[in-house]
Amino acid sequence: MGEMLSVKNINVFYGSIHAIRDVSFHVNEGEIVTLIGANGAGKTTTMHAISGLLKLQSGEIDYCGQTISKMEAHKIIRLGLAQVPEGRRVFSGLTVQQNLQMGAYVRRDGKEAIQNDFDMVFELLPRLKERRNQPAGTLSGGEQQMLAMGRALMCKPKMLLLDEPSMGLSPLLVKEIFKIIREVNRNGVTVLLVEQNAKMALEIANRAYVLETGTIKMEGEATELANNIEVRKAYLGC
Amino acid sequence: MQFLSYLINGISLGSVYALIALGYTMVYGIAKMLNFAHGDVIMIGSYVVFFTFGTSGMNPILSIVLSMVVCTVLGVVIERVAYRPLREAPSLAVLITAIGVSYLLQQVAQLTWSSNPKSFISVISGIPFLQPLSLFGGQLTISAETIVTIVVCVVIMVALIWFVNNTSAGHAMLAVSEDRGAAQLMGVNVNATISLTFAIGSALAAVAGALLCSSYPTLQPTTGAMPGIKAFVAAVFGGIGSIPGAFLGGILLGIIENLSKAYISTQLSDAIVFLVLIVVLIVKPTGLLGKKVNVKV
Ligand SMILES: Nc1ncnc2c1ncn2[C@@H]1O[C@H](COP(=O)(O)OP(=O)(O)OP(=O)(O)O)[C@@H](O)[C@H]1O
Ligand SMILES: [Mg+2]
Repeated sequence: MGEMLSVKNINVFYGSIHAIRDVSFHVNEGEIVTLIGANGAGKTTTMHAISGLLKLQSGEIDYCGQTISKMEAHKIIRLGLAQVPEGRRVFSGLTVQQNLQMGAYVRRDGKEAIQNDFDMVFELLPRLKERRNQPAGTLSGGEQQMLAMGRALMCKPKMLLLDEPSMGLSPLLVKEIFKIIREVNRNGVTVLLVEQNAKMALEIANRAYVLETGTIKMEGEATELANNIEVRKAYLGC
Repeated sequence: MQFLSYLINGISLGSVYALIALGYTMVYGIAKMLNFAHGDVIMIGSYVVFFTFGTSGMNPILSIVLSMVVCTVLGVVIERVAYRPLREAPSLAVLITAIGVSYLLQQVAQLTWSSNPKSFISVISGIPFLQPLSLFGGQLTISAETIVTIVVCVVIMVALIWFVNNTSAGHAMLAVSEDRGAAQLMGVNVNATISLTFAIGSALAAVAGALLCSSYPTLQPTTGAMPGIKAFVAAVFGGIGSIPGAFLGGILLGIIENLSKAYISTQLSDAIVFLVLIVVLIVKPTGLLGKKVNVKV
């Protein structure tokens, strides 16, 4: 179980706004690691930096023994590092099926293998199957979240970045989403999970980092942090 | 019979607008910019045909293919040199650059080929088996140019819609037009997709130029400007960003223009075209087939 993703002292700016300050953390192969933090803490910025959508001012990001911080986003995904972005961002004009097809865009391992993964995704996310020919824009929020996850799984990722998958969903659906995350992880996909729903995130994660105004404030075993008084006050509301 | 003839000529003119409008609409949909130099690419393409086919007697089909290659390279180079560095810049800066490129192309054409109009020889006349069609015992004659223009436009339209919906590159275009960032997360190379869009749009501009100058045979450095603007209007009319919209907008614009020339006034026909555009945009701001703009929550 070596380090799969290492983020080393990264700094990210939006113009003159210093959004991420000297952030370092790592994710081991097979783990679920969660990054929790309030609105504007810099969670999405961190995710975008990892996926190559944002450039670093300084620092380095390594993935599977390779430096990816200077790589373009469309090449990073080819290494099996996929992201389910904040707010789902499904292609609303394309059908469910076409969205999943887009997820498999980088794959060159043949129609049959891709078809197998269609079946796998539909089995994991049965709600999508009956809606496969419906434009994604007409799906409910929960269904769109499922689609966004299914779409990311279609590229056969080794590691999945999830940015607030529970956002705006009913408690029941949140449970379902977390169950799916656990199942995806059991099938061998390493997970980095960004959440505001700290309670649920700490329940399924192995380890956690707390991000506050662009810096890592705390880190540790998830169970440990869940019992930490400061964390309980700030993020668990008790 | 007279009416039918005006109508068919209108459809033919509209087909040319549609081909040009496709370039505007695809670039707008995918790169989110208005490429005002598009009309001038048509002009350059027409000069290529003029010199290779008209002056040097090259095979007309070969001449058009050569013109397509030249325009494709030109379009891709313009994007690479003038627009790509401005990818993150405000849209006004990009717009002004595009207008600059448009003038640049016109000026270069003027310096190279002078502003004297050249009389363009119809490429259609160089293809022996294409003859005018005579209908109703000779009461209605449709020129070969008209027929070829309409047929070519329909074929290109069908092929393009097929390409966008059935190929990996086409899907990448759709994805980039909806959400550039999400498309990148799927592994789409946005720069390559935008280059491909400019390549296709410019190749179609070359075809449009050859057809346009075959029907309206004067060629000068400003030849592309007016059809360019009309085609832009057609794209907006049909719903900018929509491929079928560009087709519909182009054809309707051609019909309206030709019928108003015939029945109302030649001088007023352009004013009428713009009046119709304004009315359509008041009733349906996104154009005839335009999609609702998705408001991000
Ligand atoms: N495009 C941008 N331009 C300028 N500032 C930005 C931009 N995006 C984010 N920021 C700023 O960077 C900081 C971190 O934002 P980020 O979106 O990473 O937060 P977050 O932790 O994901 O918050 P949330 O939980 O609300 O999604 C915020 O202060 C935000 O205002
Ligand atoms: Mg966020």
